[in-house]
Amino acid sequence: MSAPAKVQSSYREAIRESIREALLADERVFLMGEDVGAYGGCFGVSKGLLDEFGPERICDTPLSESAFVGAGIGAAIGGMRPIVEVMTVNFCLLALDQIMNNAATITHMSGGQFPIPVVIRMTTGAGRQVAAQHSHSLEGWLAHIPGLKLLFPATLADARGMLPAALADPNPVLIFEHASLYNMEEELAADAGAVEIQRAAIRRAGTDVSLVAYGGTLGKAIEAADELAESGIEAEVIDLRVLRPLDDATVIESVSRTRRAVIVDEGWRSGSLAAEVSARIMEQAFYELDAPVERVCSAEVPIPYAAQLEQAALPQASTVVAAVRRMVGAGG
Amino acid sequence: MSVAPLPEREHGLHLLRQMLLVRRFEEKCVELYSAAKIRGFMHLYIGEEAVAAGVMEAIEPEDAVVATYREHGHALVRGISAGAIMAEMYGKVEGCSRGRGGSMHLFDAATRFYGGNAIVGGGLPLALGLALADKRAGRERVTACFFGDGAVAEGEFHESMNLAALWGLPVLFLCENNLYAMGTAIGRYESETDLALKAASYEMPAWAVDGMDVIAVEAAARKAAAEARLGGTPCFLELRTYRFRAHSMYDPDLYRPKEEIERWKQHDPIAALSERLEAAGLLSAEDSAEIERAVAEEIEAAIAFAEAGTLEPVEDLKRFVYWEGAEI
Repeated sequence: MSAPAKVQSSYREAIRESIREALLADERVFLMGEDVGAYGGCFGVSKGLLDEFGPERICDTPLSESAFVGAGIGAAIGGMRPIVEVMTVNFCLLALDQIMNNAATITHMSGGQFPIPVVIRMTTGAGRQVAAQHSHSLEGWLAHIPGLKLLFPATLADARGMLPAALADPNPVLIFEHASLYNMEEELAADAGAVEIQRAAIRRAGTDVSLVAYGGTLGKAIEAADELAESGIEAEVIDLRVLRPLDDATVIESVSRTRRAVIVDEGWRSGSLAAEVSARIMEQAFYELDAPVERVCSAEVPIPYAAQLEQAALPQASTVVAAVRRMVGAGG
Repeated sequence: MSVAPLPEREHGLHLLRQMLLVRRFEEKCVELYSAAKIRGFMHLYIGEEAVAAGVMEAIEPEDAVVATYREHGHALVRGISAGAIMAEMYGKVEGCSRGRGGSMHLFDAATRFYGGNAIVGGGLPLALGLALADKRAGRERVTACFFGDGAVAEGEFHESMNLAALWGLPVLFLCENNLYAMGTAIGRYESETDLALKAASYEMPAWAVDGMDVIAVEAAARKAAAEARLGGTPCFLELRTYRFRAHSMYDPDLYRPKEEIERWKQHDPIAALSERLEAAGLLSAEDSAEIERAVAEEIEAAIAFAEAGTLEPVEDLKRFVYWEGAEI
């Protein structure tokens, strides 16, 4: 039997292909957002789609985040399947009223009368020296809100497969794309398609510690695990994938085996997603632990411009390694 | 302002009945609020009835409606039953939002009534999307979007007006100008208080109407709806009106002169229509009594329905956070 066909793809191309496929498959699907058309997307994700699908399906919008995100929500209630691109998570703050007060509430407030099948994509994360206002990681904030679902692809297969799954979901789904991942290249199955969007995934098996990461920190956790392996510490790496509702079963199962956990989160430490995961481990696996849960998060400063300061503010493979060594040394 | 001609007797009586239903329903709501049957925030439409009653005549059952937190009147006139609305205020499962929304969040899929939005300006972007969905599907429908004068100060108003005009979306922007954003008079928060003038800068037809005259409102709304439906473009109406009661049940109403309220009460839209119909020989004392009787009966039935309704068990607390219906 021949091996399944593979194609070389970038994270960016995988997302583009998923949008293309959705537009071809369902005429209710359209993409709208700032610079998604003529410009090709601020990060090049939608390049070429305007030519292929025309301005009714690929809609450039004014810089009116609240209006076009709300229009996406309304269009979803009206029977369409909008993909709304908010250029970056930083700008979604201008649309937070629509996301929180409409998308997240209307199904419930109406007593279950209206599904809201809208997908809102946004770039997130730091690491490119774009300073405090363009470097936010606000997934933890948004994960606070009942009524939303949050996805964060950190692999090519998820970049390719989360969008169709999100579009098939009758609820509002936010998809985050870390800016540092767009150029990541890997081989992808030529027939890659929708993936499941309920479970976290174990990306690397290990026995000594569980590293819980997602999005932009997954690569750093894997890098840390590789380095730890050289000194005989086998780290298991979990990719959360779904930030709401959290799949804590996968995390608890892993931690119950490894007895140690380090959560790697680019959000600020206080009130972070890492804090939530940590709390759930305490609640559900306290007696399985050999050491207190550790968190490697961003330093609590607005992300600075200067490269050495910015890098010092962010979780790094080296800080993850240090946390694990501390934990193993202290806990035995 | 020229006076719009009186409609046929039947239609005149129908408008009168619609406005009276809203008035009497809300008067009863005040009693029920005092009796603690209704709780939370409650905003009364009393004085503004001509706006909802007139506009709803101009739109079709398949059109969409987006309203504000002061929406009992819109919901009633749109055709959500008084019983379902009252049961909602009682927090009962039989309510039009299963008791999950309350006074400010009346929803009804059957009449395409999309709330009841309690964030000032928050409904405008939704209206764009509903209109967009209809337009793209080739359905000749309009979305009637109600909001208050206070919303004009919100960024969402300006963003939405621009996008609707830019994309040619068939939205009726219906600004219920009652001269106060909660307790702040319009002259104290708007640099340009001629709201139709402001709206016209977005390249859409925009004009002001006497919102205390239901016949004028209906005529204007019909014209606007026809433009939006046939032209597939938005239209803005400023409906100049006034609320006779306080902003909400919590409001002591200390920010406006009593004389001003009394002056506006001289333009009560219900009394004004009654007088015109009477003067034209279209409304008799018997007609008025019959309308009052029928409205009272409908409201009594609504209260009985709400009283007899069921409370959702707390075990169901977490339902409806996500869609539970059939696959879509």
